Amino acid sequence: MHCKTSRRTFVKGLAAGGLLAGFGLWRAPVWALGGPDRPALLSGSDFDLAIGETPVNLTGSPRIATTINGSLPGPTLRWREGDTVTLRVRNRLDEDTSIHWHGILLPANMDGVPGLSFDGIAPGGLYEYRFKVKQSGTYWYHGHSGFQEQTGVYGALIVDPREPEPFQYERDYVVMLSDWTDENPARVLKKLKKQSGYYNFHKRTVGDFIADVGEHGWAATVAERKAWAAMRMTPTDLADVSGYTYTYLLNGQAPAGNWTGLFRPGERVRLRFINASAMTYFDVRIPGLKMTVVAADGQYVEPVSVDEFRIAVAETYDVIVEPQDAEAYTLFAQSLDRSGYARGTLARREGLSAPVPAPDPRPRLSMADMGHGGMEHGAHGSTAPAAHEGMAGMDHGDMADMDHGAMNHGGAGGEMQVHPASETGSPLVDMQTMMPTAKLDDPGFGLRDNGRRVLTYADLRSAFADPDGRAPGRTLELHLTGHMEKFAWSFDGIPFADAEPLRLKYGERLRIVLVNDTMMTHPIHLHGMWSDLEDEQGNFLVRKHTLDMPPGSKRSYRVTANALGRWAYHCHLMFHMETGMFREVRVEE
Amino acid sequence: MAALRKFPTPTSRAAALAAALVAAPLSALGADEHAGHARHPAAPAEPMAHGAMDHGEMGHGDEASDDMEMQHGQGGHGGMRMDHGTHGGTGHAQRSSAVSRPPNVPALTDADRAAAFPVLSAHSPHGRSLNSFLLFDKLEYQDADDGSALVWDAKGWIGGNVDRLWVRSEGERTNGRTERAEFQALWGHAIGPWWDLVGGLRQDFKPGSPQTWGGFGIQGMPFYGLETEVTAYLGEGGQSSLRLEGDYSLLLTNRLILQPTTEINLYGRNDRERGVGSGLGDVEAGLRLRYEFTRQFAPYLGVTWNRLYGESGDLARAKGEDDEETRFVAGIRLWF
Repeated sequence: MHCKTSRRTFVKGLAAGGLLAGFGLWRAPVWALGGPDRPALLSGSDFDLAIGETPVNLTGSPRIATTINGSLPGPTLRWREGDTVTLRVRNRLDEDTSIHWHGILLPANMDGVPGLSFDGIAPGGLYEYRFKVKQSGTYWYHGHSGFQEQTGVYGALIVDPREPEPFQYERDYVVMLSDWTDENPARVLKKLKKQSGYYNFHKRTVGDFIADVGEHGWAATVAERKAWAAMRMTPTDLADVSGYTYTYLLNGQAPAGNWTGLFRPGERVRLRFINASAMTYFDVRIPGLKMTVVAADGQYVEPVSVDEFRIAVAETYDVIVEPQDAEAYTLFAQSLDRSGYARGTLARREGLSAPVPAPDPRPRLSMADMGHGGMEHGAHGSTAPAAHEGMAGMDHGDMADMDHGAMNHGGAGGEMQVHPASETGSPLVDMQTMMPTAKLDDPGFGLRDNGRRVLTYADLRSAFADPDGRAPGRTLELHLTGHMEKFAWSFDGIPFADAEPLRLKYGERLRIVLVNDTMMTHPIHLHGMWSDLEDEQGNFLVRKHTLDMPPGSKRSYRVTANALGRWAYHCHLMFHMETGMFREVRVEE
Repeated sequence: MAALRKFPTPTSRAAALAAALVAAPLSALGADEHAGHARHPAAPAEPMAHGAMDHGEMGHGDEASDDMEMQHGQGGHGGMRMDHGTHGGTGHAQRSSAVSRPPNVPALTDADRAAAFPVLSAHSPHGRSLNSFLLFDKLEYQDADDGSALVWDAKGWIGGNVDRLWVRSEGERTNGRTERAEFQALWGHAIGPWWDLVGGLRQDFKPGSPQTWGGFGIQGMPFYGLETEVTAYLGEGGQSSLRLEGDYSLLLTNRLILQPTTEINLYGRNDRERGVGSGLGDVEAGLRLRYEFTRQFAPYLGVTWNRLYGESGDLARAKGEDDEETRFVAGIRLWF
């Protein structure tokens, strides 16, 4: 009954949209004319998708995007829990392509990762995906070949539940955030390999030094500069790729395009936020509205009311808002490095807009952010690099493949962190965190004490108990590692090309502990299986498919190895994945 | 359009008509939702199971769930390996039935195994890549005492993250005559995050007759923004040399950058033909102010100061040349 209603209303939404477009009533910006179609809504259990090239103009310069069914984002797919879906994906590009169903539980040969799940889809080829949908919620799908997920191969995925949802709403919108560059992404990566700070135009200058001396005094400022210089890093390094080349999109629209979702006062509006970016974290808020978060990564959570949330690449959050008196509200998603924003509007009718906030002040990383103890102030920073060098030189023996089953697992922190031997002296490891903590209740740099109630992972509680219930049988500790200047990324200092698969036993329940030994944030995604985040005490907190790992963090989660086969496990920042922060997880009997 | 309207909104009659048109094929799809299973023998059981199990209320203590999983597993879809995530709170911990695996770990069938490990052609994503960098750190006109000079200083690399082939070249043409020119090709191997060992060959074309050297050294970043190179050379005829180079970028703004540079050459023995004497030979220091219109294109103005020492200075003075000179420079910094 429920499903029937939902299906019919969806069709209505689709038809209305199509007609508005057909009659030219849909307000399309002039520069978008000739661009890709707006994403269609496709529902059912049988889908034909074609990946091809489409001319777009998102910045004023015409470019060619890779698209699914000619739209950017690709069509929103609507499945129903329990259905078996069939998706025929055709390749109309002149290079291999693929589609990965992000966060969906399915047989390994349906997962869409070339080299692990299948051979990819050759030019002119077809792959038929077919699997049973065993979950519900908000997800997304994207290419897993080359840089196609940057150039347009992504779309929203909605799975309607069999059972009524534990919340009500009258309207339902996908809000898909993404980043677009007019540059060829392969060129972007080449540039980062040559000069990793290429896109950072906010490094500290002589003027900043003078200002800091004025504010903190000569000694403290010099000590702080020395600490950073000795680390060969800059505290302004928040994002590898910035608004210098990126245009941030909301449902495929640049900020000027002002994607608009309509509401009537008093209605409850469900917004399904999906971060489909290649490289960009967003801080999302809707000035004037509280957002009640009801699901994270597709899974119900205990409702929590917030003003703002940070969405890591590949995460999804479902929120419910209740617009009241205002004519329009701005959906504001500023990039983590504050170099730009995606923007849209919730409005009573087309053509309205609300004030767009100025981006927040650009945060700077502190030594404490990087897990180098509580050195919040520049004056103390000078001790960090010395100790840091000491760490790097320590011989950690044969820690690398040890089973840390007995170790303190909760990431309780406050202790000196031990590092895998493979990191020691590695030319690809430029930093090791000293005292990482779980940081679950930390809104993250740039969001602390901003006067708004900001969502943290500690606020997220699955609306269900630990679905497995077994205590983890063992612990696998992995460190996120990298070298900023070389722009080389890895786990435990070993890039994918040199790494052996992580082997899990079918049916086992294990704990994975991640330690971030870099200064960047990393959204870590395990294919095929859930990642059940734990709190500092090792209790089940929330079920996710992508876990944000801020710098200086140590977080643990449980995995039930209930999906046989070869799975991708990687940082979802596309260029980090591409340069080696990727492992194969092999679940064997 | 990404609007997922849950309830009808005031749209035109035309929209309603279109909706009806689209609804027909979709409801057909809906009726056929299990068609995908038709070719599998176990399929008919599936709708039944749905009916009987009522997912929402499903108690995981019920052994039937395991039976069902097995049944559907034979269906070849990886089966009804339902993740019971959304039906939680049923206390798996207490459930210690005879089955050794919990309900979210279904028994495997051969079909599951085939789906899990498909046969692949050799294909490795995210493998090694070859990268390169070529920087013309100096490409400039110098206002010299005895005319105008064209000076270049370039370096680059090609390779991976640890092993790279480095090239270096520098030289000077004054009044259309090549005064000095050299090219180096060095294999570099990273010995830590910040330091590379390099070794290879250096060919001098000028001054004097061409001269070939073997070179060995270390290069790296002692702290953020400071690039250093120390290279020892052994040349033909028993000559030896040591070169120290360094440069730093001082950000006045994020585009206006002041770059101090220095280069020091020391020699093992006298070489009158080329105007060098043993000991400290020459020191060059520069200060260049560039504006990065783009990262890759930055014109600059600057000043260099050059001084010859010891025997080298004596040789220059003997030829009636200055042993010290300050020049204004203008050039372009480029990289590819």
